Amino acid sequence: MSQSTEPKLPEEDVPESVTRRKTLISFGVFALAAAGSTGLYKYIADSKNALGVKRPLRLVLNENETVAKTYFSNTHLVPTFDPKQAARPARVNGYEGIKKPVADDWQLQVERSNAEPLLLSMDAIKALPKYEITYEFKCIEGWSQKQHWAGARLSDFLAIYKLGTRSGNAPNPDQPDDLFNHVGMETPDKGYYVGIDIESALHPQTLLAYENNGQPINAQHGAPLRLIIPVKYGVKNLKRIGRIFFSDARPRDFWAERGYDYYVGL
Amino acid sequence: MKRIVHKHPLAIRWFHWINFPMLFVMIWSGLLIYWAYDPYKIQIGDYVLLSFFPDSFYKALKVPFRLAEGMAWHWVFMWVFILNGILYVAYTVISGEWRHLVPDRRSFREAGQVVWYDLGLRKTQPPFVKYNGAQKIAYFTVMLMGIGSVLTGFAIYKPVQIAWLTTLLGGYEAARLEHFLLTVGFVLFFVVHVIQVARAGWHNFQSMITGFEVVKPNDPERPVSQPVAPTPDPTPPTQPALS
Repeated sequence: MSQSTEPKLPEEDVPESVTRRKTLISFGVFALAAAGSTGLYKYIADSKNALGVKRPLRLVLNENETVAKTYFSNTHLVPTFDPKQAARPARVNGYEGIKKPVADDWQLQVERSNAEPLLLSMDAIKALPKYEITYEFKCIEGWSQKQHWAGARLSDFLAIYKLGTRSGNAPNPDQPDDLFNHVGMETPDKGYYVGIDIESALHPQTLLAYENNGQPINAQHGAPLRLIIPVKYGVKNLKRIGRIFFSDARPRDFWAERGYDYYVGL
Repeated sequence: MKRIVHKHPLAIRWFHWINFPMLFVMIWSGLLIYWAYDPYKIQIGDYVLLSFFPDSFYKALKVPFRLAEGMAWHWVFMWVFILNGILYVAYTVISGEWRHLVPDRRSFREAGQVVWYDLGLRKTQPPFVKYNGAQKIAYFTVMLMGIGSVLTGFAIYKPVQIAWLTTLLGGYEAARLEHFLLTVGFVLFFVVHVIQVARAGWHNFQSMITGFEVVKPNDPERPVSQPVAPTPDPTPPTQPALS
């Protein structure tokens, strides 16, 4: 398009009183809008905290979870890479919940509806089909790193041990109401804990991991068993799982209590 | 009697002034987020020319250890930024206002002349209707940058659920860098924009609030171009086409 297609700006002859009035009204509205937005900022800044972040912001973050769930799908997979590209060793970032050595008699404790808690050894986890994944691990701080992990699918684990449901049956995609809304996990010392929505827990790339780069995971990475959940930031990838439980209410979450978004779904 | 020219439609003025604090909140909260992992720098060999950002800069702006706060503001006000941007683009297209904004081949030559003029190396500036060539290129580019920020933003916000977008933009790390570079672009745009608005003076500035400017006869700052083909436009830019 040449400039000839750009129309001239409309012009008008008006009395000076009109330009004066228009100017006054415009600047009045402008001042009001400026005061309004300053007021909005003050309102947010002066609000009480809800889990370490201003309440109005927390409410929107929670709504963002609702939005994210409308397009969340188990068929949306994290891109995977050749294991040769994985970092050796994988980066360690944080020691909450694993500051003391793991107990020799470590067992995985899993709460069940209408039944005694399950107590499982590593052999029980290793008996499940083993999956490997090399993907870009993403820290909430902003860094990312290609890492190679192996373990059992959390969804297989829940299916075989009939967990996560009110009925005590295996999770059934046709009966979403039977599922609890959340999975909670804690380290044995309860020094670190996360809550995860059940959809993300059942994602096919979510693993109960026991190997990193083909070797049993070391103490710093959360031996003997940790969560690898590529649909979440690293903060949800709990190390040294001690206890797993299910609930409709959000389980408490270490970093959400410190002002971070609870969902942090990628 | 005064002769006035209706320069900025009311909608455009709202979009502009809503965008100003929104962009500020997004850049400020983005800085709080970026601090937590701040690897970018401009380096020649081993010599670091410019580090994003020096500790003194962070300290002066009270940036450190506010990642959670930054993420919260960023993920709340992104919706306002996006909505305002969508409405702006939709209005600009539907109203015909885009005719004043979208640069054409002539704009680039004109922009060069405007720069010479601004540097005092040219006596006259080329005639224009609403925006000169340099303005058209700058404002249109900054609009595209806004779209780019939203796309690169979503690529790092949901790199699994919208993995195709992240991959399209070169991957997670690339998208984060692109998001950062666009932000640097906004800051540079802002600096130049404010300087140019200050240079253009009150007369021009107030029109972004009132919408009109009183026409001064033979204003050397506003050489009015005569339409080459004075065909009346069926959709005047100040009237939405729907009316």
